[in-house]
Amino acid sequence: MTDWRFHLAQQRGTLTALGIFIAMFVFYVANHPAGFTANVVQTVANKGVLLALVAMAQTLVVLTSGIDLSVGMIFILCNCVASYVVSGSAVAATLGIAGVIALGALCGAINAMIVIFGRLQPIVTTIATGAVYFGIALWIRPFPGSSPEFNSDIADALTGKIFDVVPTSLVVLLGVVVLVWLPFQGSVIGRAVYAVGSSEQAAYMSGMPVRRAKFAAYVLGGMLAASGGLFLTFFTYSGEASLANGNTYTLYSIAAVVLGGVSLFGGRGSAIGAIFGALAFRAIGDLLFVFDVEPLWQPLFQGLVLLLAVSIGSARLFQVRNRLELFT
Amino acid sequence: MLEATTALNARRRDWRQRIDVPVATAFGCIVLLLVLGSFYSSNFLSPQYLLQQLKVGAFLGIIATGMMLVILLGQIDLSVPWTVTLGAMMASAAAAHGAVGEAMAIPVGIACGLLIGLVNGVGVAYLRIPSMIITLAVNAVAQGLMVAYTGGFAPGDSASAAMRYLAAGTILGVPNAAIMWLVTGVLAVFLLNRTTFGRAIYGIGNKETAAYLSGVPTQRVVMIAFALSGGLAAFGGVLLAGYAGKAAQSMGDAYLLPSIAAVVLGGTSILGGRGSYLGTIAGVILITLLQSILSVMQIAEFGRQIIYGVIIVAMLLLYGREKIVR
Amino acid sequence: MESLVPLFRMEGISKRYGGVRALQQADLDVRAGRVHAILGENGAGKSTLIKIMSGVVAPDEGRMLLDGREVSFPDPAAAVAAGIVCIFQELSLIPDLSVADNIVASNPPGRFGLIDRKAQRRLAETALARAGGEDIHPMALVRDLPLSRRQIIEIARALTRTPRVLILDEATSALAAADVTRVFDVLKRLKAEGIALLYISHRMHEIAELADDCTVFRNGRRIATYEAGTKSDNEVVEMMIGREYSHVFPPKPAGPAATATPVLDVRNLCWAPRLNDISFSVRAGEVVGLGGLDGQGQRELLLALFGVLRGISGQVLIDGKPVSIGSPRAAKADAIGMALIPEDRKTEGLMLQMSVRDNLSFATLSELSHGVIIDRDAERDAVDEMIELLGIKTDGVSVPAGSLSGGNQQKLVIAKWLMRKPRIILLNDPTRGIDVGTKQEFYQLLRNLADAGAAIVLYSTDYDELIGCCDTVLVLYDGTVKRTLRGADITERALIRLALNIDNVAGDAQPNATVGA
Repeated sequence: MTDWRFHLAQQRGTLTALGIFIAMFVFYVANHPAGFTANVVQTVANKGVLLALVAMAQTLVVLTSGIDLSVGMIFILCNCVASYVVSGSAVAATLGIAGVIALGALCGAINAMIVIFGRLQPIVTTIATGAVYFGIALWIRPFPGSSPEFNSDIADALTGKIFDVVPTSLVVLLGVVVLVWLPFQGSVIGRAVYAVGSSEQAAYMSGMPVRRAKFAAYVLGGMLAASGGLFLTFFTYSGEASLANGNTYTLYSIAAVVLGGVSLFGGRGSAIGAIFGALAFRAIGDLLFVFDVEPLWQPLFQGLVLLLAVSIGSARLFQVRNRLELFT
Repeated sequence: MLEATTALNARRRDWRQRIDVPVATAFGCIVLLLVLGSFYSSNFLSPQYLLQQLKVGAFLGIIATGMMLVILLGQIDLSVPWTVTLGAMMASAAAAHGAVGEAMAIPVGIACGLLIGLVNGVGVAYLRIPSMIITLAVNAVAQGLMVAYTGGFAPGDSASAAMRYLAAGTILGVPNAAIMWLVTGVLAVFLLNRTTFGRAIYGIGNKETAAYLSGVPTQRVVMIAFALSGGLAAFGGVLLAGYAGKAAQSMGDAYLLPSIAAVVLGGTSILGGRGSYLGTIAGVILITLLQSILSVMQIAEFGRQIIYGVIIVAMLLLYGREKIVR
Repeated sequence: MESLVPLFRMEGISKRYGGVRALQQADLDVRAGRVHAILGENGAGKSTLIKIMSGVVAPDEGRMLLDGREVSFPDPAAAVAAGIVCIFQELSLIPDLSVADNIVASNPPGRFGLIDRKAQRRLAETALARAGGEDIHPMALVRDLPLSRRQIIEIARALTRTPRVLILDEATSALAAADVTRVFDVLKRLKAEGIALLYISHRMHEIAELADDCTVFRNGRRIATYEAGTKSDNEVVEMMIGREYSHVFPPKPAGPAATATPVLDVRNLCWAPRLNDISFSVRAGEVVGLGGLDGQGQRELLLALFGVLRGISGQVLIDGKPVSIGSPRAAKADAIGMALIPEDRKTEGLMLQMSVRDNLSFATLSELSHGVIIDRDAERDAVDEMIELLGIKTDGVSVPAGSLSGGNQQKLVIAKWLMRKPRIILLNDPTRGIDVGTKQEFYQLLRNLADAGAAIVLYSTDYDELIGCCDTVLVLYDGTVKRTLRGADITERALIRLALNIDNVAGDAQPNATVGA
């Protein structure tokens, strides 16, 4: 019986995020003029999956008690590159997709090397590398555009619906969770990632592979951000080096991660929680649309909801009875 | 006795220890940049150009001052972009309300910033919300307020005459904006080095637990520091509006990452507890010069971004590295 | 079981940290099937030696031989792989992972990089049982467990790594006597199996029970190795401190006037669940000690008095007037005049990167300023005065506090508070990890402060200190005052028996509060 108690306690953050998301989604669908139709779900899913992938990328770095302010730029860079290479025959396009993911891995690897061997703090490292990645994106796509041979078949396939009901993007997301995240979490390296975020010194003295764990976290994060960029290309059929978009995704990914119950101090939380956090965050905008709130008020509401959510999260603190616990 | 001579020798050594490696490196890089730039064109060493840089850098300098206070605590303020914009817009809005409004324009703008900072401060100090996330949320709220207020259009109000004077005018050839920065800087140095408040900031940034157990009002200090950061960011926005004649949507976006970079390049540790204002000055000038030289050389935007990022990493590798624990 | 070739040998090991020589040409022989105890003051080099042996730190000079063959360890994993397993003083458990995760941390069971959770759990349960920790649930998070349980988990983890050399660095400091007995049984069994054991501890009676060989380190060098039991305690301490040592505490006065109003009067203090109905009083010039095993509420009591805890019920009276202390800031105010020397000087007492001067003046800044502006001259004078008064050895006032030795760092913490001339001084295990020489200075200082009229509450895990320094000792058990001992009644036997909750202490005269079984 006590086993369940421990499982529950560990997943508390993720379950809370799930709860929030379900509540918002039900609210949304109940009030949407079209109701719970496949199209409605698809639109929600497609927009949500983009942020969910970037949020997963951010989760991996945050788990090591770092922060990645370049995820949005890796996302944009891969979007631009994908608009060139996902073209031609199915084989060529698939190779292109693989190439984009490899690019994401490379960006993550660069971040990792500077943090691990350069011993710089992640926040400033990723500010700088983010600028570099954006510069490259701007270089290859000074204006929004697409390759003339862009393979829209693959794009449509991955953004459409399976059996006309289930959005493919959700299936892909599920696939990423099952085939990438869960095995990672249960692996030796995944365990080491949590350990490093919890206490790097203790992890080192316990003989865990600290450097490899950090490297894996950043590289995997880069690959997930690249997947997000790919999906953006699939939706828009083009690549655009938008600074505003990149910054937005970076900052929203942090919001999603926090809403998803991942601790910014590292060592606690799950990418699954971040996915729900991302979907919930996206849902705010959709909810406002459904309630006919003027789009002008949307940013304000998004900010207020975020503010409210993080404030409630710290209401626990009023129960703290030894004030020394307030200081990490 | 032995103790006395030891103390005396120690004081002599203090003076030599005071040479701060990061600050020296930053200033060295400034000189290097100017020298390199002068190969491209001798205008880079002209007084007009240098004064112009001081003026342009003053806005970043004022904003970076507030950011430095927060970073010294071991926190971060991501609400700078829209605090800058909000300060500018509210000041301009006040200026449109007759004579009283015009006179109160600058204080109104700063007050708005102080208020935003206060919200941040309460969240971080009393609710223990990580600063990264609450300042992010507050930034979004500020954006929301301004978007709703202006209806999404560019704001119509113009800056007041006072704002324009402070930002664009000169006294004896020295740009007023630079003077404003100087005044801000002097106050900041005084605050950090000579007051109990400043000492408390360093203590909290070093080890908040120890500061708390020493009986220092840590929560109050953190709250005030964030309020000051907001106020300074808003002041920067007010001056920017004065310089351009009016406020603009998203005018603050370009100041967030450079202000963080300037503080860090000046040798302040992002983890808090360590750093001198002289370094922040160097960092601001360095970034301003860099951006200016890149734009004068007509390097395309993409090249500028890449060079910007590479240089930050390179400089930090020189002196921003953490110690090995082995 | 003897063997001719030492299982592990260190030769000529040296290590510097900046300007400090932690080890100088140190050497050590560790033999299979024997327990080798290492003694030495703080800063003698024991911790550094252990860190080098277990791969955490690399030596500057010297070599290590395992089974006669030279080895070197680039990181802790390599040392573990070679069979050198260490239980560190600063525990190396990962707080956000479960007990089972931590136990198998360096070598989890599984295939293709994936961890087999069921096998892991079985391994953990077996290891915990061996170490005497059956009551620990394998899925509990380490961060939720108290220090004593964490030490058992560390021991369990060490056992799963099939050590050839097992090093224990103060590994039993928080354990109750029953736990210690079980751990010793395990260690004796390992010894019989041919494992070499290295045991570092300050507790002479543990060393007497367990060790076969002893080595004393001082200033980074090995001073002497001898068979356990062949030297007296005083001889050992003299080897440790390098000069003559007299285990004498300053004499205690007859006792403060019984009719004086207590400076500090605590009535029915409760803080669920750790403090239950505590009442005691301290008069000016009195030193009241808190005894009992680790974790019975002593720390919480001090924190409660200092305003750190919330939700306290009961009354605290200063000079007979009830007060409400809501924060350390309120506690240190002139009206109350309290000071707390906290438990961990590195994280609670000092800001290590800040200068000695900044640390010293930190609690007194408002008194050294005009308004908010610091009076630098007043600060300098006050700082110099305190350095002189306590004899703090430092290379000037601008060096970072972290560069001072442990004993001097603790002096710094005490000096910081003495600058305020407090009337009530609370001390949370102040001499833990301090060298014997500094301890002597400290005891004299404590007596001087009491004679000058301060009311002192001292929590110590060292029985000798409680006996030697205190006029009254409250023995706490489970958050209540088990008994109050005064004067001549404060004996080691009484302290131990009360701490372990054994009744019938012969010769005690005054039962206090409720004496529950």
